[in-house]
Amino acid sequence: MSELLTPARVLPGAATWSGLLRRGFALDLEDLEGGANVALLLLDAHEPTERLNVPDSLKAQHVARITAGVALYSDMGRVIASVVEDTCGWHDPLCGHGRLEELEQRFGPSSYAEERNAVRRGAREELVLELAKHGLGARDMAATVNLFSKVTVDAAGRLTFCPGSSPAGARVVLRADTDLLVLLNTAPHRLESAVDWSPKPVALNVREVGPAAPDDPVRTACPENERGFAATDAWTER
Amino acid sequence: MSTAELTASPLDPADAILDDVVQAGDGWTRVVRARQTLRIVDSHGNQAVDTLFYDAHDHAERYSAQDTISAQRGIYLTTGSRLLTGSGRALMTIVADTCGRHDTLGGACSQESNAVRYGEHTRHMHACRQTFLAQALAYGHGLEKRDLTHNVNFFMNVPVTPAGGLRFEDGLSAPGKYVELRAEVDTLVLISNCPQLNNPCNAYDPTPVRLLVFDAGAA
Repeated sequence: MSELLTPARVLPGAATWSGLLRRGFALDLEDLEGGANVALLLLDAHEPTERLNVPDSLKAQHVARITAGVALYSDMGRVIASVVEDTCGWHDPLCGHGRLEELEQRFGPSSYAEERNAVRRGAREELVLELAKHGLGARDMAATVNLFSKVTVDAAGRLTFCPGSSPAGARVVLRADTDLLVLLNTAPHRLESAVDWSPKPVALNVREVGPAAPDDPVRTACPENERGFAATDAWTER
Repeated sequence: MSTAELTASPLDPADAILDDVVQAGDGWTRVVRARQTLRIVDSHGNQAVDTLFYDAHDHAERYSAQDTISAQRGIYLTTGSRLLTGSGRALMTIVADTCGRHDTLGGACSQESNAVRYGEHTRHMHACRQTFLAQALAYGHGLEKRDLTHNVNFFMNVPVTPAGGLRFEDGLSAPGKYVELRAEVDTLVLISNCPQLNNPCNAYDPTPVRLLVFDAGAA
């Protein structure tokens, strides 16, 4: 099996990308300058109605943050991806991707005619457009995970964005546990409060790591993950 | 834990244009017209009422938990919370709430997630997403699995710890507590009255809920 992504591509800030990530391959993301944000959406490459389900992922593992050792589940009770390395410690599964309207409220209008390719684009709008390239659309959207961004919740339920949680060189490695259509958008996190529009680039690399072994630390992290991986193995090896 | 602000409703159940009881494990589907109000009553206490919302005229416009909680900068729903779609439009607004806290993170149980969470022996037990899918298919208009998403759990209490843990705690609800939602646009509401038997949140005993719909100006 060959690598299906061009190795070591740089995805600029506020850009959108989609690609196929086969079972047993890993997507290695690096925050090149610090302060990046990557909205992540995952769909089964063969049956896109099966997609990342954030609530199922959180409640299976009793977590509200994503880091190394955490499995990402589909709505069909299968582990579809695993975080196998992480130097950051906290990725936000709660807030989701922003919209163009939010950028206009913060920064004012933006047009291609004035700004050429520095034009501000909304993550939601760009992800829906990217889905449309695969014959999909808004109905196929789901809750996303914000890689490289940390958001905490206080006792009253209030959300706080924590700036500076991802330094330059921070890396997170996501293994595909089934064949995945991966969508990424690098717009800044919707709750970050920077005064200036300053979207950050990330480097993408793909390597083959093989499917989760019987002693894989994500698989053995909890009985729920053992069952989720067993369901994935039974489905993909049929 | 902070004390939630509770807001009673001026509406009189005698004025409701619809007064339904939904048994545990059953579903309910209805278009609540703009400016109508839906009241959900936790008749016996600590019941989970899993609910999805769609623009009745464009089902791709549907409730988005992430847009809703980001806009209000908080994970709990209560009076004043606006339920937003993925493109930021308000479908309904919570206008009264005698419970004080409703969950946006836990999603709905399914046969598949039950098998993960509780073991293979629970795979064929009844679950909310069986109800949602059956309700969607019965409603028609092309509604199907891809339209099912991340729902609200009325009366459920799912706090997040400072360290990023997720906990399922005893509910703040009690018999007779209710939440009321005013439709901002014609809103298709799908409810699964949760049948879960594996979770202590409802004392392993799911119970009926009462749903009332009021026309605008009923107060």
